[in-house]
Amino acid sequence: MTILESRIAAEGNAERGGTGAFPGRKVILGKDQPLRLDSGVLLPAFPVAYQTYGRLNDEGSNAVYICHALTGDQFVAEPHPVTGKPGWWNIMVGPGKPLDTDRFFVICANILGGCMGTAGPTETNPATGKPWGLDFPVFTIGDMVRVQAMLLDHLGIEQLFLAVGGSLGGMQVLQWVASYPERVFAAVPIACAARCSSQNIALHEVGRQAVMADPDWCGGDYLSQGKQPRRGLAVARMGAHITYLSEQALHRKFGRRLQDREAVTYGFEADFQVESYLRHQGISFVDRFDANSFLYITRAMDYFDLEAEYGGVLASAFQDTKTRFCVFSFTSDWLFSTEENRMIVKALNAAAANVSFAEIETDSGHDSFLQNVPEFHRVLNGFIAGAAEHRGLPRSGLG
Amino acid sequence: MMGGDGRKSIRVDLQLIADMIAPGSRVLDVGCGHGTLLDYLVHFKQVDGRGIELGTEGVNACVSAGLSVIQGDAEIDLKDYPDQAFDYVVLSQTLQAMHAPQEVLLNLMRIGRRAIVSFPNFAHWRLRLYLGFRGRMPLNDTLPYDWFDTPNIHLCSIKDFIVLCEEQGVTVERSISLDHNGTTRRIGSSVFTANLLGEQAVFLLRANPVR
Repeated sequence: MTILESRIAAEGNAERGGTGAFPGRKVILGKDQPLRLDSGVLLPAFPVAYQTYGRLNDEGSNAVYICHALTGDQFVAEPHPVTGKPGWWNIMVGPGKPLDTDRFFVICANILGGCMGTAGPTETNPATGKPWGLDFPVFTIGDMVRVQAMLLDHLGIEQLFLAVGGSLGGMQVLQWVASYPERVFAAVPIACAARCSSQNIALHEVGRQAVMADPDWCGGDYLSQGKQPRRGLAVARMGAHITYLSEQALHRKFGRRLQDREAVTYGFEADFQVESYLRHQGISFVDRFDANSFLYITRAMDYFDLEAEYGGVLASAFQDTKTRFCVFSFTSDWLFSTEENRMIVKALNAAAANVSFAEIETDSGHDSFLQNVPEFHRVLNGFIAGAAEHRGLPRSGLG
Repeated sequence: MMGGDGRKSIRVDLQLIADMIAPGSRVLDVGCGHGTLLDYLVHFKQVDGRGIELGTEGVNACVSAGLSVIQGDAEIDLKDYPDQAFDYVVLSQTLQAMHAPQEVLLNLMRIGRRAIVSFPNFAHWRLRLYLGFRGRMPLNDTLPYDWFDTPNIHLCSIKDFIVLCEEQGVTVERSISLDHNGTTRRIGSSVFTANLLGEQAVFLLRANPVR
């Protein structure tokens, strides 16, 4: 057993705080020095929950970091501890899959502000012994990535072979390369943008207002009061879920078909299948996600503007980068359109970076990155194989 | 297909281009198609190679093969690259399909220390005869499209291209014409002959230091 393996194994049994009940690894970071957030607030010692798959090779050169999206978590390729559903990226991560766990050491941590064990509004505020709630400091995507870099320091991983993620995960990948250019050999931002668009800020705001309009939100203090803003969060999820699909996908799945009835009822029950589907999406979401986490994370996305962070010139974020990039967009994604992804590619070209860019034809909308889109997987596979060759990784296994 | 020296065989005109490129250099292939030339250059000339391709199918094939290629339009995306970003910028059999070939040429000279341009020669004797005697838009192996659906909207002759280079202050370092049988001919020795007998041409270009 290597030092890393014994460390990870020990963390599997680590003492847990806050929600605590999830399986998997957990580590307390920032014990020596609190983390200074972009807001200026200091975050004292805090937990980070993470999962790993596969083995780190002797050179430490085969680490893949998966940045998860808004409502994702660290349970990438194993059943979800709350819902029991398969891992959210099962299709991508595993032996023989594009992120081949026979070849790579795959890491994914619950993001800062998440509700699956990493520091966030549901975790216990050490100062009060009660859940943080709205006392949790507002953080940015830069802060999320800072925490992930601290985790890598802890695991003794100098450089990632690959940082990959879709949507908010893709934004984190871009932030990774900008903040730690030497620590990312290859980067795959999928269906994302270098800044949150006005339209996306607007959509986030609708979701947040839905949560905050629920009386059970209790000004953000629902955990202490034994309540849950279930209706508000469900509505927020229903709205957001529509943005992850496309008009074509909705039409293909549901059309105007009615739900278990022959005719419309001239009432406000779920007459249409699409209504029933959305209601189900909303209701099942609240069982596994925290309302305040939803507020905080969407806020972090709103604040994301890599161009502004680098003096108004996005290319400056990637100046002299040696990272190999592969940017993906999907034709039917209107939340993070091809045009927004192309802005990233333009900036990378302006920095003379090594970049590939593929727009994948699919009607599944933004969620395409989570789904079985063979062409996407084929192209990603090729990019990873090429990058692995340049990194000098063996073709299969750990050599 | 492997050649006698263990190398993969590629089309004669692509081989001519490959032979002009110094090993280990930085290369951008504009309109790289399915990546035949780029793949050859990366594997047999150890270049740091990139490509731009308009067609999604070609892009996906290239990236799947581990090549660094972006989906994009040369006429829009070339302007994003910084000056002198590459040792060579290759434009193979694509110039004649550009809306603004002159602008594209200048962009090639800006972002590359050298450019390599190949194109079909519209003054080839067979095409002259075709137009002269049949009185119709010429068709042959390199120009197989009917006039109404051809992507080749800006065809030129070898002579036309030389004149354009002169006007734009671009130095021709090497130029080779290629006939039907794959026989090559140095254009410099006689532009008249090359313009008559060359079915296509490959030019190695360098921007003049003072512009």
